[in-house]
Amino acid sequence: MALLETDGLTARYGDFQALFGVDITLNEGETVAIIGANGAGKTTLMRSITGVLRNEARQIRHKDVEIGHLPADTIMKRGIAMVPEGRKLFPSLTVEENLIIGGQHKGGRDLGDRIDSVLSRFTGGPDPMALAAGHDGMGHWTLETIYALFPILRERRMTPGTALSGGQQQMVAIGRALMSNPDVLLCDEISLGLAPVVIRDIYAALPKIRESGASVIVVEQDISQALAVADRVYCMMEGRITLEGRPDAISRDDIHAAYFGDAA
Amino acid sequence: MIWLDTILQGVLLGGLYALFAAGLSLVFGIMRLVNLAHGDLIVFGAYMILIVVSVLGLHPFLAALVAAPVMFVFGWVLQKAVLNRTLGDDILPPLLVTFGLSIVLQNGLLEGFSADSQRISMGALETASVSVGPISAGVLPLMTFASAILVIVALNQLFYRTAIGRAFRATSDDPVTASLMGIRPDRVFATATAIAMLVVTIAALYLGTRANFDPNVGPARLIYAFEAVIIGGLGSLWGTLAGGIIIGVAQTLGAAINPEWQILAGHVAFLLVLLIRPRGLFPRGH
Repeated sequence: MALLETDGLTARYGDFQALFGVDITLNEGETVAIIGANGAGKTTLMRSITGVLRNEARQIRHKDVEIGHLPADTIMKRGIAMVPEGRKLFPSLTVEENLIIGGQHKGGRDLGDRIDSVLSRFTGGPDPMALAAGHDGMGHWTLETIYALFPILRERRMTPGTALSGGQQQMVAIGRALMSNPDVLLCDEISLGLAPVVIRDIYAALPKIRESGASVIVVEQDISQALAVADRVYCMMEGRITLEGRPDAISRDDIHAAYFGDAA
Repeated sequence: MIWLDTILQGVLLGGLYALFAAGLSLVFGIMRLVNLAHGDLIVFGAYMILIVVSVLGLHPFLAALVAAPVMFVFGWVLQKAVLNRTLGDDILPPLLVTFGLSIVLQNGLLEGFSADSQRISMGALETASVSVGPISAGVLPLMTFASAILVIVALNQLFYRTAIGRAFRATSDDPVTASLMGIRPDRVFATATAIAMLVVTIAALYLGTRANFDPNVGPARLIYAFEAVIIGGLGSLWGTLAGGIIIGVAQTLGAAINPEWQILAGHVAFLLVLLIRPRGLFPRGH
């Protein structure tokens, strides 16, 4: 059974269509990389899966439940966490608060969810508590284990998140997503704008994240980095999947064609 | 010595203005919504307390305790059903809708309670005072000021020490990323307005017990509250208290010189502060 899959996923911003029937699959325990040039639709795909962009219900399935129509907070409580492009730390929160907030709403049992759950019986809308029921958010990741993974964050825990260097901010963003102990972790362009030595440090955390039981989708423009960590690779161009395969089974020429199109 | 007394009265009046302003500041800080009906909501709260006092025969403080949960739920529903629909990149819809709400509230109260001015009676408390040497202060103004400080301390604790406060700050920073953390921004906004209505109830208690009120006094309270927030610097509750005190002191000093100058002096002080510090006294960073 696929943990997460999209089925003919389409997405649009107003009149502009950004995705044209995208099919991807993430199996349990897998790390999948999605590569592609700027504007290929990678971030749109992430925004759709996380519910920031709403889609048709049947176009995205997580653990065999249709989630395409659900709001972002309900999807997060089902166990899909996101490291957003550009890190997006909360400037008003300290490093530690940024981490805590990643886990404080896991499980979907806050008052608002309880109220909406009762209301859903009358309105027929989605029941956030039933939808989050399979994921209690407990597991390996706590403040302590995240500080063990990225020790520098413990030293900086009382500073505002946005006062850190780019690489340290990326560590906070990853830690923040892990705090809900997701079964799916989406990482959007985590190497963007970072020095190669910092990128190596960040990616060094990936094996431990996989050991903790999370399946991972990494979105990358850095092709060699993506091929090094992934079990399978998808390449996107102009809102479509143009290539899928195991890193050792696809050639540089295949990638070149899928990345830039045949005209290049 | 009369001047010292005047300044003290002004400082205590500033506590009342800070109470008017705290709810406004809370809502603006979290969702960038300028609630033009804030003054009318305070008046609405005062009428609600008045009803509880006259129907149930309770002391005004107990009546405010009864009114507070009602106002809390009212604020939640108002935000969920109406104000959330106005939020977005455009700042005009919230202004128009809350302006409309202000008119609806004023006319609704006029229909229900007529234009006669009302007052919530506190009995002996109204005239009680304490003296320190040659200076004396009313017990009610002192309680108002103490309440303002308590409200500000409580709101700061809520903001910086609780999970709800973290969600408030995160949503204020970036609602989309907050939703990726499992936060539903429209619920956070509803909670914030509901809490603001608790502060409004406290403000209403002192509005109604310290002076006469009628359905049309709301907009003037809004202006004092707004000036206090702006002088203090957006986002700083202690700044709001300082702003309220500046306006209060200016008003009582103006009135001491010439009774006609009371309101004018407050507005002039507001303009002077803005001339010297356009971002307010204690603007929050970033």
